[in-house]
Amino acid sequence: MTPALGIMGLTVAYDRHKALDRISLEVEQGQSFGLVGESGSGKSTLLKAITGLAPVEAGTISVDGSKLGRSREKAFYRKVQMVFQDPYGSLHPRQTVDRLLLEPLAVHGFADSEARINRALDEVGLGSGFRFRYPHQLSGGQRQRVAIARALILEPSILLLDEPTSALDASVQAEVLNLLEQVRRDRGLTFLMVSHDLAIITHMCERLMVMQNGEEVERLDASDLAARRVSRDYTRNLLVASAGFVRAP
Amino acid sequence: MSEAALTRREWLLSERPDSRLQARLGRAYQSWLRFSANRLALAGLLIILLLVFVAAFADLLSPYSPIVGDLRGSRLMPPGPGHWLGTDDQGRDILSRIIHGSRITLYVVLLVAIIAAPIGLAVGAVAGYAGGLLDVVLMRITDIFLAFPKLILALAFVAALGPGIENAVLAIAITSWPPYARIARAETLTVRSSDYIAAVALMGASPSRIVLRHIMPLCISSLIVRVTLDMAGIILTAAGLGFLGLGAQPPLPEWGAMIASGRRFILDQWWVAAAPGAAILIVSLGFNLLGDGLRDALDPRGSER
Repeated sequence: MTPALGIMGLTVAYDRHKALDRISLEVEQGQSFGLVGESGSGKSTLLKAITGLAPVEAGTISVDGSKLGRSREKAFYRKVQMVFQDPYGSLHPRQTVDRLLLEPLAVHGFADSEARINRALDEVGLGSGFRFRYPHQLSGGQRQRVAIARALILEPSILLLDEPTSALDASVQAEVLNLLEQVRRDRGLTFLMVSHDLAIITHMCERLMVMQNGEEVERLDASDLAARRVSRDYTRNLLVASAGFVRAP
Repeated sequence: MSEAALTRREWLLSERPDSRLQARLGRAYQSWLRFSANRLALAGLLIILLLVFVAAFADLLSPYSPIVGDLRGSRLMPPGPGHWLGTDDQGRDILSRIIHGSRITLYVVLLVAIIAAPIGLAVGAVAGYAGGLLDVVLMRITDIFLAFPKLILALAFVAALGPGIENAVLAIAITSWPPYARIARAETLTVRSSDYIAAVALMGASPSRIVLRHIMPLCISSLIVRVTLDMAGIILTAAGLGFLGLGAQPPLPEWGAMIASGRRFILDQWWVAAAPGAAILIVSLGFNLLGDGLRDALDPRGSER
């Protein structure tokens, strides 16, 4: 079976600085794959490279078995969509929710935009009362729901999630994560999720890769991580760091 | 009555609008509330509305013909009943000439804004978004235009194109777009790497669509403010060209040309030059006050973010 997303020996360099060094991974259809690492480890760069926003030096990226070239076609964006980290920065400040959701439909020439917008808002639990609001009239969690609705409105099969909840406070985080989990189940979506929060990755993903300085450190199952069966020191340090500050005895 | 007004206000300020129209009107109403809180800005708006009104009904408002004067009986008469602002050396009523001159002023200002602002916006937004070689080429062209003093460049253009009000408009437009291109580019650079522009790109939108529908609307408010503030300068440049005999040609009642013709007897018959000078002053002040108010009302860095 061909994987939904396949990456082979991907190298990305900005001015000779290697942001990604020979990364390979495969994500099966319907699976959720996590990327973990400290800031600057290259996990967000990997998502950028998939969407065509980072300069790829070597390696291949393939979606549903077909290789992607240098530029992305419109059909690619129907299959792969992304949710950004900061919901305060990812929504156009001068556009209503309606305009934000209409834009992808207009770009791809959908006819039944009215019904689709209402359905998308219902799906993320916002309802039509939010349709004509501006982003500044929404809370952080509501904004991220709008961003998720925008990503889902083109009915993609792969969703790239760049720390989708790190800008939200804890109670809202759980709501948004549950929403993501639910749409994944309903639609059979494939997730590639970036986070520095090991608890979130353990909760959301079946498999994960630990990254450092643009290189793979190790690959684990979520159950391994939960049971702390890790082989590398770096991962162990991450686990300690994520447990929070421990008062010295 | 007051109850109906209250509900209309509530409808406009609703936190959950029911339609695109209501959302848009509500937004416009909030801008208006911010604008109208500023007394000076309202005074500026009043002056400009008055200018538009006078220009529209010039034929009805002016007591005499602006072009044909009474050479025998009424040359260089001081202000008084009959001729409220006096008459000039051709025996023409100055009030009538100023009223008709408002049309020329408005014509120049609007045409320059319509020609120069879109050129500047397009050049700046494209240069800012495209980056690279295109940015360098477009911005160096802009720099070349900026390197000349505005009036001198306009003078050169009028001299090449021939004197006349249309050529003056063209010359002023050609010399006034570069600052708008700079503003539009600066605004574009601040938003081009933002997540919401990346999000639109990730929907598969073409670069032209991104620039036209997502970047330009963000540049427009600061551009409107700048154009409004520049209008006083445009009026002065047009008057300057008229004063030098390169703008409107006699017998057109252009304010700058009127000052030029009044210069010869400014010590004895001061009103011939003072009246059009005061008109230029008042209208320029009006545009400046309006521009300041618009800046406060439209500034995207206001309360909306």
